[in-house]
Amino acid sequence: MEDLGNKFLQVVVALAIFAAIIGLIMLLVDRAPKSFRDKATVIGFLAPAAILLVVGMIWPAVQTTLLAFTDRDGNINGIDNFIWMFTESTALITLRNTVLWVILVPLLSSGIGLVYAVFIDKAKGERTLKALVFMPMAISMVGAGVIWRFMYAYKGPEQDQIGLLNQILVWFGGEPQQFLLDAPGNTFFLIAVMVWIQVGFAMVILSAAIKGIPMEIVEAARLDGASAWQQFRDITIPSIRGALVVVVTTITIITLKVFDIVRTMTAGNYDTSVIANEMYTQAFRANEPGRGAALALILFLMVLPVVIYNARVLKQQRQIR
Amino acid sequence: MSSTPTIPPIPASPGPADSPAVAQPPITRRVKQRLTSRGATIAAIIIATVWTIPTLGLLISSFRPEENIQRNGWWNVLGDFEFTLDNYADVLVSGGSQSPNLGQYFVNSLAIVIPATLIPLVIAAMAAYMFAWGKFRGKDTMFVFIFALQIIPLQMALIPLLKLFVNLQIGDFQLLPSGSYAQLWIAHTIFALPLAIFLLHNFIAEIPGEVIEAARVDGAGHATIFWRIIIPLSVPALASYGIFQFLWVWNDLLVALVFSGGTGDVAPITQRLAELTGTRGGEWHRLTAGAFVSMIVPLLVFFGLQRYFVRGLLAGGLKG
Repeated sequence: MEDLGNKFLQVVVALAIFAAIIGLIMLLVDRAPKSFRDKATVIGFLAPAAILLVVGMIWPAVQTTLLAFTDRDGNINGIDNFIWMFTESTALITLRNTVLWVILVPLLSSGIGLVYAVFIDKAKGERTLKALVFMPMAISMVGAGVIWRFMYAYKGPEQDQIGLLNQILVWFGGEPQQFLLDAPGNTFFLIAVMVWIQVGFAMVILSAAIKGIPMEIVEAARLDGASAWQQFRDITIPSIRGALVVVVTTITIITLKVFDIVRTMTAGNYDTSVIANEMYTQAFRANEPGRGAALALILFLMVLPVVIYNARVLKQQRQIR
Repeated sequence: MSSTPTIPPIPASPGPADSPAVAQPPITRRVKQRLTSRGATIAAIIIATVWTIPTLGLLISSFRPEENIQRNGWWNVLGDFEFTLDNYADVLVSGGSQSPNLGQYFVNSLAIVIPATLIPLVIAAMAAYMFAWGKFRGKDTMFVFIFALQIIPLQMALIPLLKLFVNLQIGDFQLLPSGSYAQLWIAHTIFALPLAIFLLHNFIAEIPGEVIEAARVDGAGHATIFWRIIIPLSVPALASYGIFQFLWVWNDLLVALVFSGGTGDVAPITQRLAELTGTRGGEWHRLTAGAFVSMIVPLLVFFGLQRYFVRGLLAGGLKG
């Protein structure tokens, strides 16, 4: 209880300090001499964000870039960290896994999300059906990791299974598997968890886009005798192409940075590591900040083109509208 | 959750669209229409079931006694029905040194998430207001630059930021001691700002200029306008983004691992749960209950505020 009070107090004090700082800014802005007031306002309102971003994001990003070219003692070692990344076998597996994730997760999530969005459109109980598939988006990836570790749980063949997937295998006459231990299959079982989470996101966005297709087009197609499949291929897909691109790119970016699932389920062992996990391991566990920084830099370079493409598509869409 | 831009198009006028589904050989059109949508609905129900079962299995198991969980699968629950809250009592409050003590970490999560949601909202709203209604040179360039900051992954900032926090001291007094909430609050605030400023700006820029002009004429300064007009009118946007930030922080693991120090004084529940999964992965009675304790808050937020949540997703749902 004492502990609780102490924590509560810390929060209250922090919020009070923050309120005081903001209050002071507001006071200074309003009391500034008239000639200087507009300038003071701009500075006062932008300063908190600007300072935090420069000190906490831009400058660190520059430092990380430099750090990527140093060894564990801080001496410059040229591109050694990158050579390590592209030659050492565990590092190569990390890269291979990241590529697998980045291909499979956006594809599967968007595909399943799209089909599901089409299936439930106008169906009875659409809201409930949506909520059920969307729910994994709300819970943490750590929670999802626990949920799926339990799904994949393994007991010897002589025992009753407690993991549903192994039970299903046994029901069909198979042998129980160590889903998370056996490479390279284990990476796919981790990817499944991410797909489970991201389908809901894809579905919600695409469902909204489908509802935006003008009624007249659909009616016209139906009068022309288009089959359901033709409607889907010739009307639905082209009409929501923009939303589809955004969904795929957004999920790609999220997937590139995926960390929690791998950390929780295998900690990157058994050949399941990905870049974001390896970055954490190298920088904060293995005492190799240079390698960690190099991995962060690679992550940045992989995210960059996707984000730029995403931004351009969004801009186009806004202009059309 | 990720702090990447998520601004898909909002349909201007959500018009009804019929459900195109898998092709069926046409007998007559009406029959086909009904058949396909019935097949589609059944397929949808199957997908929804598959999607729900993993969570359901965990929930059921969390109420089963330890021996039952280890003896057979949760789908046998009706065969050996026994209901217990012991698992929850064990993970939450039992004081033994073996206990996961999740209650304590749950409080930490709350203590982290409340300031880490409120602070960036205020700072971002202030900046967004200036970008929308202030007049200064280089406004557009600066705004685009902040928007572009979203491309910097969290990972790019972690190592130097941790170093900075450690070195930030006046004499021997450490300003932001490790193993305090302060590092987490500030780190979460920083990483939230680019997206928050962008989304709030889009909304605040749409507030009618006459409203602001009228206040101006009445002699109100920027501070007054901001708190009396902008903030109240922006509540929908603030709520949408606030829910996002809340869920993002509550569900975060990476920032916590780097900045919390990992003790029960500071670490959030996600970090503790991840740790338990690693060290005691076979204690399913604890993991199932623990996972649900960590999920209950986001699930309440999600089901209670789903409208805002979805709106937030759609377009940073503030403006189409």
